[in-house]
Amino acid sequence: MNKQVLVIGGGPAGLEAAGQLENLGYKAYIVEKSDKLGGHLLKWDRLFPESISAAETLQKLLEPVGHITTFLDCTVVSVSKTGEHFSVQLSNDATLNVSAIIVSAGFSLFPAEKKEEYGYNIYNRVITSADLEDFFKTGSDSRIQNPKSVGFVHCVGSRDEKACNRQCSKVCCITAVKQACEIKEQYPDADIYCFYMDLRMYGRGYEDLYLEAQSKYGIRFIRGRVSEVAEDETGKLVIKAEDTLSSKPLKITLDLLVLMVGMIKNADNENLSSLLNTRLGDDGFFQSASPILRSTEGEIAGIFFAGASTGPKTLPESINEAKASALAIHGYLSKQK
Amino acid sequence: MIDFGYSLTSSSRISLDNINQKKLKKITAVEPDFLKCMACGSCAASCSAGNFTKVNLRMVILLLNRGMEKEAIALIEGCMLCGKCTLVCPRGINTRNLIINILKIYKEV
Repeated sequence: MNKQVLVIGGGPAGLEAAGQLENLGYKAYIVEKSDKLGGHLLKWDRLFPESISAAETLQKLLEPVGHITTFLDCTVVSVSKTGEHFSVQLSNDATLNVSAIIVSAGFSLFPAEKKEEYGYNIYNRVITSADLEDFFKTGSDSRIQNPKSVGFVHCVGSRDEKACNRQCSKVCCITAVKQACEIKEQYPDADIYCFYMDLRMYGRGYEDLYLEAQSKYGIRFIRGRVSEVAEDETGKLVIKAEDTLSSKPLKITLDLLVLMVGMIKNADNENLSSLLNTRLGDDGFFQSASPILRSTEGEIAGIFFAGASTGPKTLPESINEAKASALAIHGYLSKQK
Repeated sequence: MIDFGYSLTSSSRISLDNINQKKLKKITAVEPDFLKCMACGSCAASCSAGNFTKVNLRMVILLLNRGMEKEAIALIEGCMLCGKCTLVCPRGINTRNLIINILKIYKEV
């Protein structure tokens, strides 16, 4: 009988890993805690930097997964390891006997309401990057009414000791640039501002999109972190920041403010890591055996990682890591009798 | 010497060669948070004195690191120690203690 592998988390990394494992001749099981496969990719409209359709991308990821046994609305309850085998109890009372486990449990979005000074859930015209992406996807959001001025706040819940998230979330800079261009396309008369601390345009095509945002779309970039948001008597938003390049406090009145929410650890990482007998880093993400040479492997033999379970990653990074993880599992299982 | 009507202007260039390292070491010793600033400007944006005076903690930290002590002190003297900057700093800098110690160390000149 084929060796079996459990994939925890049915987002892009989990789907790719499961597909690759099946190709390599293993039997994969996917356990997904929500009621749908696809993870955060389900919520995206177009993907940076080339504006590739998220729905089509997900469709392609799902194709090889059609015949894979998938448990939805399901979590891992207990794990016990005997020799080289894991016995895994699921919340639907099923028990799986597997030779390896891949943790592709992903990340959570920072809850923007925690940064009260930005007014999410307090002021009607403050939305998150996820809300805006949903607007692009569905075409409707009662808070977006033909805005004439729009601001984007970078690093909301990222690089922030007060929010207990020190890490850079990697994807928000380029997402803000992408969304700024898209909203300008939809509302050509609107003035668009991005408030940033550092612009991290490290990926291929990112710098090109930044240049396009400046030269084609006329997006204005202001180097200063927004310190607070208030609502005026007409319901417009008054934003305060320092324009650090001119060293002056700055005020602007906007119709819409978009908070670029960061990637944070899942709340249930702690529970999952204790079930698997793995470690979490100070940031609450899973710790791999070695961050450079063995980033997809756990410290315990038979435990592997893929995607944002080990820290913020872009979609192509997560998918590549899933392939690497499947290959690492293949190497590990080939050595077993 | 013949006066041609010209004179030398002193250079406005920042010189990292002539920084008072002793004082920088002193301030980092009493308040290590001095090293944590990433110049986001949240302190200056939220400053209750900042709209009407030149108070700007971000700039003070930068100027001290560039050896411009007089200019730095001029930007901090109006501080009322209200503590709003402590609330907004994303690096969690103890701004109040930092300001008090900057004044102690650099004003004694």
